[in-house]
Amino acid sequence: MREVAVVSFAQTPYVRRERRRSEVEMLVPVIGQAIERSGIPKAEIGFTCSGSSDYIAGQAFAFVGAVDALGAWPPISESHVEMDGAWALYEAWIKIQCGHADSALVFAFGRASMGTLPETLTMQLDPYTLQPLGVDAVSLAALQARAALDAGLCTEREMAEVAVRSRGDAKRNAFAQLKGDYEVAKILAEPHLISPLRKHDCPPITDGAAAVVLAAGDVARRVCRRPAWIRGIDHRIEPHQPGFRDLTASPSTALAAKKAGADKAPLDLAELHAPFTHQELILRRALALPASVRINPSGGPLAANPMMAAGLARIGEAAQRIHERDAGRALAHATQGHCLQQNLVCVLEGE
Amino acid sequence: MAENCAVIGVGQTQHDTKRIDVSQVGLVREAALRALEDAELDWKDIDAVVIGKAPDLFEGVMMPELFLAEALGGAGKPMLRVHTAGSVGGSTAIVAASLVQACVHERVLTVAYEKQSESNAMWALSIQVPFQQGVVAGAGGYFAPLIRAYIRRANAPEDTGIRVALKDRQNALKNPYAHLKFPGITFEQVAQSPMLWDPIRYLETCPSSDGACAMVLGDTKAAKRAPHKSAWVHATAMRTEPTQFAGRDQVNPQAGKDCAKELYKKAGITRPRQEIDCAEIYVPFSWFEPMWMENLGIAPEGQGWKMTYEGATALDGDFPVNMSGGVLSSNPIGASGMLRFAEAANQVRGLAGEHQVGGARRALGHAYGGGSQYFSMWIVGDQPL
Repeated sequence: MREVAVVSFAQTPYVRRERRRSEVEMLVPVIGQAIERSGIPKAEIGFTCSGSSDYIAGQAFAFVGAVDALGAWPPISESHVEMDGAWALYEAWIKIQCGHADSALVFAFGRASMGTLPETLTMQLDPYTLQPLGVDAVSLAALQARAALDAGLCTEREMAEVAVRSRGDAKRNAFAQLKGDYEVAKILAEPHLISPLRKHDCPPITDGAAAVVLAAGDVARRVCRRPAWIRGIDHRIEPHQPGFRDLTASPSTALAAKKAGADKAPLDLAELHAPFTHQELILRRALALPASVRINPSGGPLAANPMMAAGLARIGEAAQRIHERDAGRALAHATQGHCLQQNLVCVLEGE
Repeated sequence: MAENCAVIGVGQTQHDTKRIDVSQVGLVREAALRALEDAELDWKDIDAVVIGKAPDLFEGVMMPELFLAEALGGAGKPMLRVHTAGSVGGSTAIVAASLVQACVHERVLTVAYEKQSESNAMWALSIQVPFQQGVVAGAGGYFAPLIRAYIRRANAPEDTGIRVALKDRQNALKNPYAHLKFPGITFEQVAQSPMLWDPIRYLETCPSSDGACAMVLGDTKAAKRAPHKSAWVHATAMRTEPTQFAGRDQVNPQAGKDCAKELYKKAGITRPRQEIDCAEIYVPFSWFEPMWMENLGIAPEGQGWKMTYEGATALDGDFPVNMSGGVLSSNPIGASGMLRFAEAANQVRGLAGEHQVGGARRALGHAYGGGSQYFSMWIVGDQPL
């Protein structure tokens, strides 16, 4: 395998509602910063790949407009996945592995405020058997939380602790949307939103974008003082029908982590794309993370959850901590679909 | 690093206006099972699945690959979903091929589909977002001015488009999977069909179809074990240019020219018209055949129409184009690009049936999308490069 590293990362400040700027206007500065920080001239970047969803933008071919943020002239080698940007990063990593490129720009964006997110996500369900039931994303997550509680795998207190830690850590993240000092006892005294989930167990609805630049071996060493090397990356999907799965476990995450070699050496931190508090607890078990591993120092998706960009931002956050010598070896995780249906694991390491 | 990639199985559905006999699940499985059968493989032999389709609004399901995971044997495997507008079927095949070329997987199933009858494509394309240029309801409205510009520039005879449509519709009669079939179709019938977007007539236009296409791609080892001949991927290329840029030439786009140039270079081709035996290209409206012949560097600029006129692009011509009947005969949008790539593969495998070009050893597959701004192409051969 070719050595490939994340050499730069940029993101927007995350907000509940981006009123003034279109997707293209959100992307222009983020893409510009990622390229500038990479130290690779734009014209030399060999491949570009993005992740987004037409349903989030409320428009067919939403990503076509995003090309206008690239200044794609002369024409560029480019592709797009209708997935979280973490999978766009995977496609770019593959291109570099093939030798088709030595560097790549990856970006993702989501402006969930264009619609009513929980209801939009209902459109993500099987159109013949589940969509007609009208079940929304938060209700499905609540079913999963209930299954985990009933199985004795977590408690409502542990869930509240995840929320308090995440939003407390987010105070040190200038880009985070939801941050502050909360108390477990006070949270537990609040009513359920959709039982057993309280408001604090749910992610905020976020508008935002993120971008990353990848570079192979010598290019990465030349432009970056401490590249965040991708030691392994893998992704797996599970069945869609909730009844076909054990919702209290995440075998796809465990398998992806194994394939990515996550267990080959101790980890310093993990950026987990767990939009709901109980999902972090499920992921920690799937990944068998010891207590010594710092979880989501950025605040994670409970502090900002830009649809389609939150997974890519986990990789960017983990890489940035390696760039800054704040971590030696880190795991970044991305998810999409209901109840953690599809998961990606990326293991990053400094030299 | 780069491993050879071969097409070892190809399958497609019957294409039709409304495949009410199957769900989306049934549609993708029909194509996937045929590809697996062609390769004499089972679901368990597949390492990863790469799926592609055009906008989710065409069926009304957000990221439908999530609910199709079980049906495509995806559970426990990596699954990717590609979307690059009309070129997506081609781009999806290219992403799948790169998983093999990168030595990450040995056998990859790639599927592209569209079930346009589940929703309304015209409506899906007509949502007007504030402060953005509308897509213009119907692609014909968008592309007709580009065709008029081509006719003026190339001083092309007005009936060139009719001749392309007649040829593609005659080829479709030899393709058992084609959606539109007009037995005994004549030049007059095409000429007298209603004018939809001047100069595009009804019979010079692609249909809206339900359909899917699938391929099994494998490495050298997998190709050796395959029961039928393989098509070897000699080169792939993709190019994109922006929508809102005054310097664009949408009639003869730079992205298409650059894409073809890179493709030929990778495949070691210096004289494409002589060295490529046949081409299956994305022609949703008849006139795009001569336009793309020029854009692909197969005909000199301004002379693409002569290839049509002289019969060079006919099934028995010296450079057959759209042997299957092309997009004009079947257009499940998300799958249309992969159908082009799959036809190119079947030609060099010698498995194209009645529309086989005798002795085809090297073929071009081509797809484009957006406002003539996304291009994906591959060259396949009967031997590894």
